[in-house]
Amino acid sequence: MKKFLAFALAMMMLALTACAVAEDTKTVMSHADYVAAELETEVTVEAYVQAKQSWWDNKATIYTQDEDGAYFIYNMPISQEEYDALVPGTKIRVTGYKSEWSGEVEITDAEYEVVEADPFIAEAVDVTDLLGKDELIDHQNELVSVKGVTVEAYDESGAAFAYKDPVGKTDDLYFKVSKDGETYEFCVEFYLCGQDTDVYKAVEALNVGDVIDLEGFLYWYNGANLQATVLTLAE
Amino acid sequence: MRTAKKIAALCMACVLCVLLTGCHGSRDSSAFVIPAAFDTGRDYEITFWAKNDTNKTQTAIYEKAIADFETLYPNIKVNIRLYTDYGRIYNDVITNIATGTTPNVCITYPDHIATYLTGNHVVAPLDELFTDAQYGLGGSEVRFDSPAVDQVVPQFLEECKIGGSYYAIPFMRSTEALYINKTFVEQLGYTLPDVLTWDFVWEVSDAAARKDAEGTFLLNGQKTMIPFIYKSTDNMMIQMLRQLDAPYSTDDGQILIFSDTTKGLLRTVRDHVQAGAFSTFKISSYPGNFLNAGQCVFAVDSTAGATWMGTHAPHMDIAADQVADFELAVRPIPQFDPENPVMISQGPSICVFNKEDPQLVLASWLFAQYLISSDVQIAYSETEGYVPVTLKAQQDARYRDYLSRKGQDNDQYYSVKLEAAQLLMDNTANTFVTPVFNGSASLRDAAGQLIEEVTKAVHRKKTVDESFMDSLYDQVNSLYRLDQISGQQNAGAESREMGPLPGTAISLLAALAAAWVLIAAYWLRGVLKRKKR
Repeated sequence: MKKFLAFALAMMMLALTACAVAEDTKTVMSHADYVAAELETEVTVEAYVQAKQSWWDNKATIYTQDEDGAYFIYNMPISQEEYDALVPGTKIRVTGYKSEWSGEVEITDAEYEVVEADPFIAEAVDVTDLLGKDELIDHQNELVSVKGVTVEAYDESGAAFAYKDPVGKTDDLYFKVSKDGETYEFCVEFYLCGQDTDVYKAVEALNVGDVIDLEGFLYWYNGANLQATVLTLAE
Repeated sequence: MRTAKKIAALCMACVLCVLLTGCHGSRDSSAFVIPAAFDTGRDYEITFWAKNDTNKTQTAIYEKAIADFETLYPNIKVNIRLYTDYGRIYNDVITNIATGTTPNVCITYPDHIATYLTGNHVVAPLDELFTDAQYGLGGSEVRFDSPAVDQVVPQFLEECKIGGSYYAIPFMRSTEALYINKTFVEQLGYTLPDVLTWDFVWEVSDAAARKDAEGTFLLNGQKTMIPFIYKSTDNMMIQMLRQLDAPYSTDDGQILIFSDTTKGLLRTVRDHVQAGAFSTFKISSYPGNFLNAGQCVFAVDSTAGATWMGTHAPHMDIAADQVADFELAVRPIPQFDPENPVMISQGPSICVFNKEDPQLVLASWLFAQYLISSDVQIAYSETEGYVPVTLKAQQDARYRDYLSRKGQDNDQYYSVKLEAAQLLMDNTANTFVTPVFNGSASLRDAAGQLIEEVTKAVHRKKTVDESFMDSLYDQVNSLYRLDQISGQQNAGAESREMGPLPGTAISLLAALAAAWVLIAAYWLRGVLKRKKR
């Protein structure tokens, strides 16, 4: 009887260990593998937190990136405390589903764990020459810069920008810039850069005709929709 | 000396308790009693939380309404805070109930108000205010042309009744409409009926999903086509169930949605997702974007989203070179019994929060009432496919003139917008609302989540069978705590009033309990010491 119990116990331990190993051995994809993966398939990636777009209702939306490319993590369940601990540079392993919403490729229904590693903060890639070209999408969700673009009137009112919430000013800011005859609509995403940030104030101070340099995350909404984090007047 | 210490410690504990209790108690106002007269010798400042649909005209209308109201009542200042999401208003109100800092007037949904009512006297009941001879609807002392109670559309007013009392007035009403690429339907060889059945929509959608060998859709020659997209899947499930007279919930909050009928509907959704015929806003994007790009045949969205639909829509979220040229038709949402159409009534309502100062509540009520005056109602309803909530505004010559100008331009008189508004006015008697109780907002979310999860699962090539459905029921039941909601309703009316408290309130109550535990421990320690001696 004792032998039987010992055997049963050993088998249980083996099974549990196998489960744990299986859980841990989800293959971490390279960025190229991630790009090649079909939509709505499960993906596991490792990347570094670059910026936190929002936390609400125990879910966070986060820009992550490594040396090879970027990953947008959408509405990942996380507590406020855990969210606060995810400072830029933190490496995380994320498992979820590769999804697409209005052209934005993102990881949804995600789970994460922190991975011990030296922090990494990406440098902005200059994509000015890629504006309007198909290759721009290769940098989707990366920290990028756009230089020497001209501020255009946002709408028929002639204003250089528009508030999503013109009364409370507690929402996104929209503005348009042009380069080589093409116009692009960018924004300051309020939950990424609120009204007290330099970039929010810089957009509020824009004039039509200003030539500016921008840095931000290359979000996608029916086309490139840079979420600006830094704005300076071009020299 | 020891006695003095004990007394001091006990006093400290008592003070702590009183402070904590007082702090908690500050959240509970007294029941509101209408003052005999509005004190115009005082100044009032009221906070108004509202939502716009990312529509600058709506913002301008709010601002004008406030300016006009402040001219009528120079002693009342209204501070507006605009949101673009009702969920965030709800969340902020809940947070502010805990700290006693709710707004004075708020645009919200009855489902949400039912949760606000879990606090004592948080929301002012409006029954007596409605009929007050001086300050009520159409009251003698009201300084503007206010509608009488019987001039508010009865169906819309009834939607504001929670537990036998009115806790809101309707602000705007809409329903859902089926926005159709009629050109595509006819291209597929079908004739568009006046009222579409679900079977018709599914059949045409399946046909529209056919591709050639290269993966190009035959209907539009593009790589993208989602024949049928639903914006609000909670409405989709709720309306399908109501059309079938199938269980959803009881009036007092028993959860009945997890039924075989629901499973049957989910199986239908599964089959058409598998055929590539259906998706949702949450999974794909705004129905209007696909519709306008010629990548969708049937788009269900609110009538309040009509200005985003169609080739010549005044609002457009896609680049001009992506917009397709097609004929758009507006119809009621698909029906199981087209002879007896059934559709949801939705739209924001206005609630007035109770405060310690009844004069301030009265000032808030006057502003809330101003929002349903014809000037505001007509102006706001014209911004989208909304319908004014008063018969007075609907019958106003200005509004009749507006309706008569359908299609005169693609802005103010945009035909799709006016058709959408007309759809609700023609079908007001066919509308319904779901029961409102503490937790009804969660049940609504759960209803939509069932469709979202099935759609996602099919996309992710999971097996959506009976076992999946059972597991989905468990998961959604648990995620939205519906079992607890049902439990609360079972426990009777008293427990309904004591719904889940906000986190801060729970913390305070915990501190209160801890203080009592400390007192008890201190007292016990004293007793033990005495015994030792």
